[in-house]
Amino acid sequence: MPQPATLTVSLLVNGRRIAAEIDPRRTLLDLLREDCGLTGPKKGCDHGQCGACTVHVDGKRMLSCLKLAACADGHAVTTIEGIAGEAGLHPLQQAFIDHDAFQCGYCTSGQIMSALEALADPALTTRAQIQEFMSGNLCRCGAYNGIVDAIMDLKADAQL
Amino acid sequence: MRSFDYLRVDSLAQALAALSVPGSRALAGGTTLVDLMKLGVETPARLVDIGGLPLATIARDGEALLIGALASNSAVAEHPAVLRHAPAIAQAILSGASGQIRNMASLAGNLMQRTRCPYFRAADWPCDKREPGSGCAAATGSTAHHAVLGVGSPCRAVHPSDLAVALLALDAEVHVAGPAGPRRIAMARFYRLPADTPAIETELAPGELITHVAVPVGDLAGRSTYLKLRGRASYEFASASVAAAIRVEEGVVGAVAVALGGLGTVPWRDVAAEADLLGRPLSRAAVDRFCDALLAPAQPRADNRYKLDLARGAIRRCLLPDMMEETA
Repeated sequence: MPQPATLTVSLLVNGRRIAAEIDPRRTLLDLLREDCGLTGPKKGCDHGQCGACTVHVDGKRMLSCLKLAACADGHAVTTIEGIAGEAGLHPLQQAFIDHDAFQCGYCTSGQIMSALEALADPALTTRAQIQEFMSGNLCRCGAYNGIVDAIMDLKADAQL
Repeated sequence: MRSFDYLRVDSLAQALAALSVPGSRALAGGTTLVDLMKLGVETPARLVDIGGLPLATIARDGEALLIGALASNSAVAEHPAVLRHAPAIAQAILSGASGQIRNMASLAGNLMQRTRCPYFRAADWPCDKREPGSGCAAATGSTAHHAVLGVGSPCRAVHPSDLAVALLALDAEVHVAGPAGPRRIAMARFYRLPADTPAIETELAPGELITHVAVPVGDLAGRSTYLKLRGRASYEFASASVAAAIRVEEGVVGAVAVALGGLGTVPWRDVAAEADLLGRPLSRAAVDRFCDALLAPAQPRADNRYKLDLARGAIRRCLLPDMMEETA
């Protein structure tokens, strides 16, 4: 069976231009982890059910395990590695530490990338809304209350 | 994952030309297709990436709301015109999948997601839909989450879309482009019962592509609601769901539309049963008679009979919200 042609993709990852020669089967998650060395996005279920691979594509949270890398060609991707500022951790990263929002940490980068979109949405104000908003990110350690605490903490700051 | 060729297209004409080649499949958000390709259930020879086509607009067009095929589920759910003219659509979308998936998945991809059950997803089990002639694991297996309506043929997989249920209740039309030119397919006949060919799920012909969905605007659609009952509070398929709209005038039913999700091999509606409600006072007894007629064709098993009670409760809550509050 002939091998399908490889593709060249070019995308912005955390503000840096990345070009790679890929098999069409490569997912964005594998491109980030294997070709870019960005292991913050995690391979949990690899079927879109756990949220550990969540990244932003053009500013929207998406599942990098279900997105073919070919479809990210020409787009801008942000991973957990790209959110800290010059001065240190992103406030949401610090809030996760302050509120014990993780134990093993495997789901944490996905949780934070998802939660960033919650911070940007002023319509989300209650714990119940945050819980619903975050339902696509599973945490087997059960740190859910800490995760919601961390998000609510920053929401409260934003309203000052 | 089986090897495939990848082609990106920039125009509808290019897309239709590419999709006319056998073995080609349209790829938009990919949230179902890529998942099923990883499982070896879907094995397209070529993916035609239509993600860049200019088909994502949402706008009022005369007496209809025109929603582009590539509008993301999130974009549809938060659009002011959708919230105003067809709230059931927004409620249905927001009750399904997760935020990440809704950001990726397209409107048309939601409608074209495979009708699937756990046996279909796992190559270890026989499945006539996945591999015609192999049998059906659900015939003797667990069917607690399988269909009770539209199960005349062996396939009992439930159509999983919430959006499709809302669109069915709202008399939406699917606008299609294809080798034979554009055409429109009413939601009421868009999905096919499994019959002898469970792998063929819709009326869409090979090489055709959905371009828009048109939702008639009217006061009934403007007061529509979607109620979804399920085993956990979020990110779960429906055990039973209802898209409903009703108008009561001078004490009698003037107009009503009710579609069911989670129960059927296709989104389910019975307009004859609805017609029997027209012109009559809206009472608990009338709604119970409506449910009797709507659910009469059901063929439940011991493990999924509970869905009938869930559906009745959901319909009562949608059509008789005041009465439900009084008895709560």
